[in-house]
Amino acid sequence: MTQSVVGVVGLAAPQLEAAEKVDGSARFIADLNRPGMLYGAVLQSPHAHARILSYDVSRALAIAGVRAVVTGDDVQTNWRMGAFIKDEHALAKGKVRYVGEAVAAIAADSEAVAREAAAAINVVYEELPAALSPHAALKPDAAVIHEELANYIKVFDTGSAGNLCSRTSFREGDIEQGWRDSDLIFEAHYLTQAQAHVSLEPCGALAEIDANGRITLWSANQSVFRVQANVCESLGLPMSRLRCLTPRIGAGFGNKMEPHVQPLAVLLAMKARRPVKLVLSREQDFEMVRARHPFDIRVKTGVKRDGTLVAREVEVLLDGGAFADDSPGVLGYALLMSCGPYRIPHAHCHGRLAYTNKMRFGAFRGFGVPQITFATETQLDEIADALAIDPIELRLKNLKRQGDRWLGGQPIASCGLNECIERVRTASGWNGGRHRAGSAGSRRALGMACSAHISGLLSTGAIIRLLEDGSVLLNTGAVDIGQGSNTVLSQLCAEALRVPLDRVSIASPDTDGSPYNWGTTASRVTYMTGISVLGAAAEVERKIKEHAAEILECSAQDLELVPGGFVAVKGIPHRRVGFAAVSGRAHWAAGGPIIGSHSWVFDQKTVDPKRASVVGLPFPQIGAFVFNAIVVDVEIDETTGKSRVERAWSACDVGRAINPQMVEGQIEGAFVQGLGFALFEEMVWNGPQIANPTLMDYKIPTFIEAPSELYAIIVESNDPGGPFGAKSVGEIGINGVAAAIANAVNAAVGVRLRRLPLTSERVLEAMLASEQK
Amino acid sequence: MSEIAPIVLNVNGAARHTTALGGDTLLTVIRDQLLLTGAKRGCNQGVCGACTVLVDGRPVRACLSLAGDCQDRRIETIEGLGDRPVMRALQQAFVAAAAFQCGFCTPGMLVAAFALLADSRLPSEADVRRALSGNLCRCTGYKKIVEAVLRAAHALADEAVA
Ligand code: FES
Ligand code: FES
Repeated sequence: MTQSVVGVVGLAAPQLEAAEKVDGSARFIADLNRPGMLYGAVLQSPHAHARILSYDVSRALAIAGVRAVVTGDDVQTNWRMGAFIKDEHALAKGKVRYVGEAVAAIAADSEAVAREAAAAINVVYEELPAALSPHAALKPDAAVIHEELANYIKVFDTGSAGNLCSRTSFREGDIEQGWRDSDLIFEAHYLTQAQAHVSLEPCGALAEIDANGRITLWSANQSVFRVQANVCESLGLPMSRLRCLTPRIGAGFGNKMEPHVQPLAVLLAMKARRPVKLVLSREQDFEMVRARHPFDIRVKTGVKRDGTLVAREVEVLLDGGAFADDSPGVLGYALLMSCGPYRIPHAHCHGRLAYTNKMRFGAFRGFGVPQITFATETQLDEIADALAIDPIELRLKNLKRQGDRWLGGQPIASCGLNECIERVRTASGWNGGRHRAGSAGSRRALGMACSAHISGLLSTGAIIRLLEDGSVLLNTGAVDIGQGSNTVLSQLCAEALRVPLDRVSIASPDTDGSPYNWGTTASRVTYMTGISVLGAAAEVERKIKEHAAEILECSAQDLELVPGGFVAVKGIPHRRVGFAAVSGRAHWAAGGPIIGSHSWVFDQKTVDPKRASVVGLPFPQIGAFVFNAIVVDVEIDETTGKSRVERAWSACDVGRAINPQMVEGQIEGAFVQGLGFALFEEMVWNGPQIANPTLMDYKIPTFIEAPSELYAIIVESNDPGGPFGAKSVGEIGINGVAAAIANAVNAAVGVRLRRLPLTSERVLEAMLASEQK
Repeated sequence: MSEIAPIVLNVNGAARHTTALGGDTLLTVIRDQLLLTGAKRGCNQGVCGACTVLVDGRPVRACLSLAGDCQDRRIETIEGLGDRPVMRALQQAFVAAAAFQCGFCTPGMLVAAFALLADSRLPSEADVRRALSGNLCRCTGYKKIVEAVLRAAHALADEAVA
């Protein structure tokens, strides 16, 4: 289905939650209250690695207003959660593995009392040697972080051993032949930093138990179903006993996909037999949740003299932190994307992920691709320079096209990358020359980068009910984390049933009543859930027509939905019946209430074994590719080394923009988050301790750093499998930002930095060093 | 810990009798005692601006102000500004321009923008960026927020002329 009939698809409809978001009545987790509610607080580990010898909670319990305390003694050893490797307890048990880890928690009458009581818990530790980097952790004599690793449940062949959490390798073609066929070989080493998500809303949860012992849990989350699974795995509960709901979410970017304090809130509520709300402070949100992985990357690329790419080897080492979380997925996915959207016949992309005694790293917008793209796309510019080929021409020469196969062998169903490149090339005036006149004392140039992402994986569903009055209720279980998926999915539903948007309401995700949805992550909601919405709508349409055929005394084949909530005889629009009459008949006379449902799992294989050999594949089925080209115009102050993005053009092939204004919002927001990653955001560790866990010390872009000339360009390749041709947009826009900026910096001042972020100091130092040469 | 004491706050035009600990901030009291949860706690450190409210007409970080010090001051929150023409114009423009995604920064952003438009009727883009630079947004990339504030300013100017 690709044609919009009622014009709801393609419409820049405001968010369904717009009114509540501008009048202050939108309720986020910290805004919820329940009768008799207690407040939670967490005691965090002061050590990077230590055995817990004993707890003394007597002083805490003696404080007036303290209702419950929980420690590792409240969970059983085999209660472990984790997306890929079940290696994590609800809170530290037996050992602490990073500074900041939850060791105990309190529920009390007020937040102040809870915090005071948490500080009054005495824990006796026996310190152990800590491994603070992946290199140190993988040394043979390193302290072992998970002694039980061999016995943990793993969802794929991880190859875990010692502090090696997982390893993955992709091979295609014959890499040795590739080197022999190459005229020139380029090899370099790149480092990227830890980036904090800084969703403006800190993580939090509120748990309540009913008289029957059933638990209701609200939390800041990206998937009520992942919350349910994680809490039940870590607390030994049957999933049917826990109901997970969602308030409005103050953005996620990956941070709220896997658990944070939900298990603790439930544990406290079970112990106190009262509702408990536990909201992290900003510092705790920095210290206890997760962050973007630092990558250590080696890229080696072989080319022909004419610029044809022949061979690529990528080797990465990831710091996973203390728990696996989504890290094995990030490693595997980053490698899958490490040849970029280019035809490279011979490839070997491989890497390792190490446990360390730091906070876990996990999913963050781009899922490893911003890191890999920084390396591979800056190396492409070096190759272009060495071969004296325009960087855009080099990319165009090697571009993958529709019908080509991705690394691993999966076909590309739609590809608008060529158009993305041409659009940013034209808009930026690239062909007029990359160097621009800067203001006095500065130099200025354009830089570019390309990247790709996916839109489909795992499973999802949708249920559409036609209510008695003919209005439509959509229920998908997909959490809108602020990006607008409630609106977009409602638009798809309205378009499919040819009703105005306000005729559709969307149910809030609820594990009791919503169909399963793996989550709002991996840029998957529009594509995956959109397909289910259309599937469910098709069933509703079929049933509507069956009823209407009886009412209008004709064949169902001769009927069509007409705009406004009617079904009519084709070609005779006045022979029609409204949805209310149809639904009334279904409810009271014949057939039963009209319900349409659809569920599916993305089943396109990542790897074709005839084309590639892969070891340790975390995502056997993933795909539906989207593409992006970025040009940035960067000015560098010659005395300070400070880079400023003056203008930026980011063109994304999203398949089809269901809501163009929201698509722009994703592209713009992703660009600015990428700008922070490129230029200054960096979590710094002082020994085992995060040195800058505050917004005072960890800077994110403000109105001042964000360019006012930021142009989001939408390219529509109309994917044959996507809902109305749509693919995705959530992450693609961040992937190439750091590479494009680094390429512009190089073009402007002639220094090639292979380490992020490109801070003023680093750029200046490199400029001075290059002058001395 | 300090003692709980009664305080009176003038919030959105009404005298509100409530209680606070000596160290309680204005943000804690309006959110937890008065259940005015429009102002958000993003950092509790004066950096993010999500807690912005007006005190005697000036934008203030409620997370940095002690509740006790705000007695006898005129406090206005997002909940109380909705019927003011400037706020209405801003809200409409925020919706039309899609100037929010998650909306967590939005109440603070709107209150800060309200104070700006109360001061300068037709700010330039640079004025808007400077005036709001203490309000963080992690979702939008800021462009649509700037557009919305300028759009509201123009709508108000047009209304004034008409
Ligand atoms: S919560 Fe007050 S400035 Fe962030
Ligand atoms: S809209 Fe999410 S922080 Fe601004």
